[in-house]
Amino acid sequence: MTLGAGICPNGHVSYPTHPRCPDCGEPQDETVDLSDDRAEVVTWTTSTATPPGVREPNTMAIVEFDISHLDLDDTFVRALGQVTTEEVETGDVVEPVYVEELRDPDVGLKSANPESTEWGGYRWDPV
Amino acid sequence: MGVAVIGASMTKFGQRDAWLQGLLSQAGEECLEDAGVTPKEVKHLYVSNMASGEFEGKTGVMNALAHDLGLIPAYSERVDQTSSSGGAGIYEAWQSVASGASEMTLLVGGEKMTHKTTGQATDIIASIAHPAEYKHGVTLPSFAGMTARHYLERFDAPRESLARVAVKNHENGVDNPNAQFQKEITIETALDSPVIADPLRLYDFCPITDGSAAMLFTTEERAAEIADEYAVVSGIGGATDTHVVHERDDPTIMGGVVESSREAYGMAGLGPEDLDVAELHDMFTILEFLQLEGIGVADQGTAWELAMDGTTEKDGELPINTSGGLKSKGHPLGASGVAQGVEIYEQLVGEAGPRQVEADTALACNVGGFGNCVITTIMEAAQ
Repeated sequence: MTLGAGICPNGHVSYPTHPRCPDCGEPQDETVDLSDDRAEVVTWTTSTATPPGVREPNTMAIVEFDISHLDLDDTFVRALGQVTTEEVETGDVVEPVYVEELRDPDVGLKSANPESTEWGGYRWDPV
Repeated sequence: MGVAVIGASMTKFGQRDAWLQGLLSQAGEECLEDAGVTPKEVKHLYVSNMASGEFEGKTGVMNALAHDLGLIPAYSERVDQTSSSGGAGIYEAWQSVASGASEMTLLVGGEKMTHKTTGQATDIIASIAHPAEYKHGVTLPSFAGMTARHYLERFDAPRESLARVAVKNHENGVDNPNAQFQKEITIETALDSPVIADPLRLYDFCPITDGSAAMLFTTEERAAEIADEYAVVSGIGGATDTHVVHERDDPTIMGGVVESSREAYGMAGLGPEDLDVAELHDMFTILEFLQLEGIGVADQGTAWELAMDGTTEKDGELPINTSGGLKSKGHPLGASGVAQGVEIYEQLVGEAGPRQVEADTALACNVGGFGNCVITTIMEAAQ
């Protein structure tokens, strides 16, 4: 399992990947796996009104990975994910933990065609 | 070619017995009657609607409405731009007249939502998110919660400033007979309401709503011949921001608002200092601040001060959301952008009744997704 961010020839980085770079429109021809890296919480929320098939409450955070060591144009890349706990604060350091099913594929709008989307991914675990 | 608005209408917003077709027909018929234009004069029909298939199992709403209103053989098209479908409809209607393709264009926006549970409706709306976001159970309210936390922490803004947006818009909604809620609330009520997406609470969010709104567009020349009062679309712009919300360079800058308003100001030859009144997309209280900053009325990180000092109240220097906004008027997705247009039209032609303010220049900003698509429209009273 990987947490793959896309890199274009101009050194712009995005998570998730896109066929073309959102910044400059060049093809993203490289990826970097962030799943073994730590990140810092930029902001977070605890959602208490969640859609069918989603845990309640659902604490999520946008986190920032420092990628300055890659020596690219972008020095950080952000990602959104569920948090393993409700105890989180802005500035906390987290590490990614893989989960098979982040929400129940058998419930909700996409339950008739669950193969159309992804269900597994990474939660943020405060260190 | 100059484009004028010569008629407007909206149904009562709220929990309605009627289904989408009935709501659209009601608003469309009342709009033609308001303008004194017969169905056979209409050349183009645009129907703004986000999700009739998902909500009601109904498709082809444009053709159905054209038939029901006696518009055959007018060109008809459904416009979907999620929550900004209504604004996108204004853009389409403006294009149709400005290009010379149509001399009389009817725009009707509508959505039927309240028959679904809150969870189901939230899921339909959340399906606009990227799969990398959707799988985490992200909802539009949770984007608002994360953005609000960042804004309050970064700019040291008081939590009360968000509550003041809700209080103001509820106060304005009292004077709008078509609003879902005609009820004042207090700051304490807002601050003590249940948490929905921490730090945001129930009163930071618009409700789930059924309703429809309509506007009639023609050339300025034709308007001058047939209308007693009319308004002119002097500037309009549309823009798209990232699909993935966390990919934006700055979480507090709505790029679509900045770009679309720049385009609209440029076309109109106006700036933020020229505005007399505005309707902003307050789907969440925090969005009123981000849009005030995006359209250039306030510097980044300072719009909360305008909520605290009364600038944006109805009797303030720049009244925002005299209609009650999405907060108290309600938010039937495809109708909302059109209803914003209805409000600024009524303000400009002096038909806003108890909500009337002095206005020659007005702006409406309609936001789709969490700023994914934005339409900004500037209208002026006819000289």
